[in-house]
Amino acid sequence: MLHKIKLPVHSIAHGRAGDKGDVSNVSLIAYNKFGWENIRENATEDIVLSIFKHLGATSVKRYELPNLMALNFVVQNALGGGVNSSLRLDRHGKTLSSYLLYHLILNVSLDMMPNNSPYREKFK
Amino acid sequence: MFNYVTMSKKVYIGCGAGFAGDRYDASIPIVEDFKSINEPKYLMFEVLAERTLAIAQQYRINDNTKGYSPYLDYYIKPVLEDCLEHKIKIISNMGAANPLGAAKRIVEIAKEKNIRKPKIAVVLGDDILNYMSEKDILNSPTMEGLDIKNSKITAANVYLGAFPIANALKKDVDIVIVGRSVDSALALGPLIHEFDWDAKNLNMLSSGTICGHLLECGAQVTGAYFADPGFKDVPDLFNVGFPIAEFHENGDFFITKPKNTGGLVNKATITEQLLYETHNPNEYIVPDVVADMSKLNLLEKEPNKVLVKGAVGHKKPELLKATICSESGFMGEAEMSYAGPNALQRAKLAIEVIEKRIQKIGLQGKTRFDIIGAGSVHFSSSEENTYNNELDGDYRIRSAGFFENKEDAEQFVAETYSLYCSGPSAGGGARTSITKETSTASILIDRNIVEPQIKIEII
Repeated sequence: MLHKIKLPVHSIAHGRAGDKGDVSNVSLIAYNKFGWENIRENATEDIVLSIFKHLGATSVKRYELPNLMALNFVVQNALGGGVNSSLRLDRHGKTLSSYLLYHLILNVSLDMMPNNSPYREKFK
Repeated sequence: MFNYVTMSKKVYIGCGAGFAGDRYDASIPIVEDFKSINEPKYLMFEVLAERTLAIAQQYRINDNTKGYSPYLDYYIKPVLEDCLEHKIKIISNMGAANPLGAAKRIVEIAKEKNIRKPKIAVVLGDDILNYMSEKDILNSPTMEGLDIKNSKITAANVYLGAFPIANALKKDVDIVIVGRSVDSALALGPLIHEFDWDAKNLNMLSSGTICGHLLECGAQVTGAYFADPGFKDVPDLFNVGFPIAEFHENGDFFITKPKNTGGLVNKATITEQLLYETHNPNEYIVPDVVADMSKLNLLEKEPNKVLVKGAVGHKKPELLKATICSESGFMGEAEMSYAGPNALQRAKLAIEVIEKRIQKIGLQGKTRFDIIGAGSVHFSSSEENTYNNELDGDYRIRSAGFFENKEDAEQFVAETYSLYCSGPSAGGGARTSITKETSTASILIDRNIVEPQIKIEII
């Protein structure tokens, strides 16, 4: 069993956020199959909802794309009304992908990371 | 094994703009690449955001020759001559609220440049105010957005599909201009035309839609909006190449980028863009098909060239989406910086001053306050902030508010500006702005109301 430490999911996945009205979608894409197994098991709808709750999110629906090692989270009511009625600086919620990548903390092992990941330093 | 080199007819589609305001010269390297290609080749420009139409309608009402994309000249001028000479057909939604006006402007540009007059097809029929009553529009089922029942409509446009564009191309034109259509149709239209697909070729229509979806945001699929230094490095981002699709008649396609450009095309960049603004990946709904991405496979064939295969299509929807725009007052925004020792406390005091002043003078409106540098996009000043912010630093307060009247919005921003002399110590760099706001809602319309209204005019 490889040694695991708690790290932001940014260490094993990347993603992008998009908007339609007051609905945000945030993708989470693993760098490899070990990372994929981790996010598939642990990046649940409930955890993602708890992460976006302070922004007003009311529900999260998760979709899986195993071929692409990707998850897609559709988050309702997290955009302060959406691009036309939000007073937020980031009206589209484009920065929400980085919020998820930073605040979703998982148990991570070295095999889940890309070869050149700066997070490898954390294991030394 | 399908031989991609010799067996199939290929169609090339480049995307020269992914939003209104994208790089004006991005299409030039695509056009340079296309000069040495003898297969059918198309250049698409996607420049029409959801709200842009309301502003464009206003321009058209003030001057009936205007109302097309204000960026048209910037995108068309650098490449028009080469496109005409090398048989690169241009497909764009630059028409906005006045597609005929856009076509006439392109003819003028050709005249100014002393090149041959392009033959342009214009697709009409997206402006539902021309054939639906305001009452019928407001009574249609609302899909998303605010309640619009009591609103004054400033624009109402239905998203058209790709078949009108394909039909326009049958008329042997150099350019097709549309108003509102789904963005991916700018690519699917040429593919339907070139491969002679009909409405029953669902897997093909799905693959063409996914291809268009990957192209429609320009460099977002070729390494831009992806770079994260040290984690996801992208070579020469300043010179990022905009995407080119090489589409084969079996429905598979490659995404690549022009020679001598920066950027990156790999499975990761494609996957990020594939899911961008996608909800259920098994049901990506456009007027021509419901595209299913769940069986897609991506293969990195060579550097910066990825094969996309496995698209599945389901029956097209009976209802079409339309965007309704209405006026919704004014937004006032103002900012002021505080830096150095104890800056965070001074920024917080500044916000307290504004909030109490607004209360004192009785200004009514929805407001919000942020401290930029202390969690402004992931939190507001009133929300619990989980980043560690030092008291000393470089912070910028931002106040934002919606008001029915312009005067109230002006009064609101003045309360931030006046911090110069009446606020905490050493505030600097104030900026204020007032923006006229548009709100939108999406409604659903029976396609049988829309389809008989679609017309193609040749300019």
